Amino acid sequence: MALTKADLAESLYNELGLNKREAKEFVELFFEKIRASLAMGESVKLSGFGNFSLRNKNPRPGRNPKTGEEIPISARRVVTFRASHKLKERVEENARIRLGKLEKLKEQAEVNAGSRG
Amino acid sequence: MTKSELIEQLAARQPQLEYRDVELAVKELLEQMSAALAVGERIEVRGFGSFSLHYRPPRVGRNPKSGESVHVPDKYVPHFKPGKELRDRANNIEV
Repeated sequence: MALTKADLAESLYNELGLNKREAKEFVELFFEKIRASLAMGESVKLSGFGNFSLRNKNPRPGRNPKTGEEIPISARRVVTFRASHKLKERVEENARIRLGKLEKLKEQAEVNAGSRG
Repeated sequence: MTKSELIEQLAARQPQLEYRDVELAVKELLEQMSAALAVGERIEVRGFGSFSLHYRPPRVGRNPKSGESVHVPDKYVPHFKPGKELRDRANNIEV
C-alpha cells in the first residue's frame, strides 16, 4: 500500500474539515505549486521535510540495456530531493525499531526450533 | 520557494480558506507524508513523483577529523523519483 493523493485529501477532510472538493483541489494545487517552482528553475525548501533542487547534467554516452545499442544522452536538468535531518531521523528511528523487532522474532524462532529439535 | 512562500501562494489561490487553515493544511500534508515514510510506506503522486526508502548496508566509515574507523550501521534513507510531468517540466519540455 502506498500513500496517494486520495489519502492526502482524505486527511485534510478528516483532520481539518475541508470539504471533499476543497481537499482534493488543495492537494492538487500543493503539488502543482512545487512543480511550477521547479519548472521555473527555482528550488523548493520545505523545512522539516526536505529540499527539492535542480541539477544540470552534462551529456553522456548511454546504452539501450536491452539491445546494447549506444545512444547519446543529451544534457538535461533534473530534480533531486534531499530529505531534512528531521525526516531522516524519523525514518531511521522507526526502521531501527522494526529491524530490532525482526531480530527478536528471528531469535525467538531459533529458540523455538532449538527446543523442538 | 520556502514553505511560507508556498503557503502564501496557496492562500492567494484559495481565498475561501483562512490563511491559518492553509498553513495547517500544508503542515498536515507534510506530516502525512513524513509519517508514511517513517513507517516504511511509499508515497505515489502521479505526475509529481514517488518517495520510497532505500536500504543502505552497514559500512565502516571514517571520522574525517581523527581518521578513526567507525562502524556505521545499516539504515534506510528517503528517496524521491520524479514523475514524468515533473521531469519534463523541470527540463523545460512542454507537456
